[in-house]
Amino acid sequence: MTAFLESLLRALPGSAAQGLIWGIMAIGVYVTYRMLDYADLTVDGSIATGGAVCVMLILGGVNPWFALVAAFAAGAIAGLVTGLLHAVFGIPPILSGILSQLALYSVNMRILGKSNQAVSVDKYSLILSSRENMHAVLICAVAIAVLIGILYWFFGTEMGSAIRATGSNPNMSRSQGINTNRMKILGLSISNGLVGLSGGLLAQYSGAADVKMGQGAIVIGLAAVIIGQVIFGKLFRNTAIKFLSVVFGAILYYIVISIVVRLGLSPTDLKMFSAILVALFLALPSIKESIKSAKMMRQGKNA
Amino acid sequence: MLEIKNLTKTFYKGTVNERTALDNISLSLKDGDFVTVIGGNGAGKSTLLNAIAGVWQPCSGSIKLGGKELVGLPEHKRAKYLGRVFQDPMMGTAPDMMIEENLAIAARRGKCRNLKWMIGKIEREDYRELLKILELGLEDRLSSKVGLLSGGQRQALTLLMAAMKTPKLLMLDEHTAALDPKTAAKVLELSDMIIQENSLTALMVTHNMKEAIKHGNRLIMMDSGKIVLDIEGDEKKALTVEELIARFTAKSGESFAGDRALLG
Ligand SMILES: Nc1ncnc2c1ncn2[C@@H]1O[C@H](COP(=O)(O)OP(=O)(O)OP(=O)(O)O)[C@@H](O)[C@H]1O
Ligand SMILES: [Mg+2]
Repeated sequence: MTAFLESLLRALPGSAAQGLIWGIMAIGVYVTYRMLDYADLTVDGSIATGGAVCVMLILGGVNPWFALVAAFAAGAIAGLVTGLLHAVFGIPPILSGILSQLALYSVNMRILGKSNQAVSVDKYSLILSSRENMHAVLICAVAIAVLIGILYWFFGTEMGSAIRATGSNPNMSRSQGINTNRMKILGLSISNGLVGLSGGLLAQYSGAADVKMGQGAIVIGLAAVIIGQVIFGKLFRNTAIKFLSVVFGAILYYIVISIVVRLGLSPTDLKMFSAILVALFLALPSIKESIKSAKMMRQGKNA
Repeated sequence: MLEIKNLTKTFYKGTVNERTALDNISLSLKDGDFVTVIGGNGAGKSTLLNAIAGVWQPCSGSIKLGGKELVGLPEHKRAKYLGRVFQDPMMGTAPDMMIEENLAIAARRGKCRNLKWMIGKIEREDYRELLKILELGLEDRLSSKVGLLSGGQRQALTLLMAAMKTPKLLMLDEHTAALDPKTAAKVLELSDMIIQENSLTALMVTHNMKEAIKHGNRLIMMDSGKIVLDIEGDEKKALTVEELIARFTAKSGESFAGDRALLG
């Protein structure tokens, strides 16, 4: 038992670092899924695009910080394409995301030249690495603080509020003069930009970019959003803190994952576990509701 | 002010479900006209307002507002000139946003939305003052989510939002139909007040003949996508429900017996 706890404790910084990196992606998912009411599946592709762009630029001698900016831009372009497919050509949200995701696989393959590209922390001055988890945690925490600050400001501006209004009630938004199509495109770009940025960080952290690195990313993002909301949602109402609760959700997710892996769950079963976890958290409100009504029934009978 | 010419809208054209909701309608409103619109279910009242608002483009015809052609403009571009309260209380506000945020969004109708922070102290005070005229206590709940409000409270808020940036045309679509009688009367009174104070040009759809007669300076009745009655001035002032029914029956050859709602 103590050995188990010890190993868990040793893994904690790693889980925290991964949780923080995926937390940035989860903030992106939050922007589309919660704010824009748009189930965007571009994510699985755009995270790898961010990673691929970042790694190739670093290999080409570009500064790793600047490579991150480029990763954001690349992700944002992917989101832009999804937005155009939906807004200009009227393709339904889910399908437009799937199409982008599919196309991005080829794009990412082109960028990387092969399915996996390594970037060694020994040869390049990467911003963070899995070899120094504490340092990675620190960098990511600062990055997230800055990002949340910027997003909090942005979604409080006239433009950011127009995006939120579009997600909340597109009819009302149009009747108040908001170009809802443009707002959806903008929201998708910002969201996938964040996802690309997280892909760039993830690639530097793990020392490689892989075309498959985004597989199932949307599930992790949704898990973070939903866990964050279920556990911390009641506590906070402020937008900035909601972003933060999404990040906590991601960290919690990684801690749970590292526990079950240590308990002997095989990595190939992990996806099943993730799916069950997300389904469980999604079902929680309705489970609570039926428990409540069952209780009421019993009380009614006894009375 | 508003000049509608030969406006036609057919839904599902060329299919078995084809339905002409607006049938070659022409209507002209003067500056400051307050027109009540009545007609049975499916007469095309909401469709007329949707056509003006630009929810979709009509099949043919023209809609000019203050000399400017609206047909061809997308909905969000027409919003600059129009204020609108919907038949459905859920439709006019953003439920996930606060009361003050909804007002702030309405305050920027027709303006470019840029990277300025939306709500400051001064603005918040303005909204508080504005909400007081509703007498619903909303001025103390500025940061409540609109989704937590009742239908009547929402409709009152939507009315305020529609009139906030003085529109060239205010369109009210049975905006009190879903409310309890007391709230309905209050919202209606408020609409009257807002229209009068700002000398707005307005179209108000209602199912209630008494209401239609009592309010406004002109009354039109729609049936099967056409305007079948148009009564204004002293003639409108002297109008009674019985006379209105008689005139409709004479015009359309139908009787009102089946249309319970219209008699309201
Ligand atoms: N978007 C739409 N698509 C298809 N048919 C529509 C659409 N909007 C309206 N219609 C049809 O047009 C006709 C007129 O509808 P409209 O909503 O204008 O009636 P209304 O006069 O507002 O009735 P009510 O008093 O019930 O609100 C109806 O037959 C309706 O089915
Ligand atoms: Mg209607």
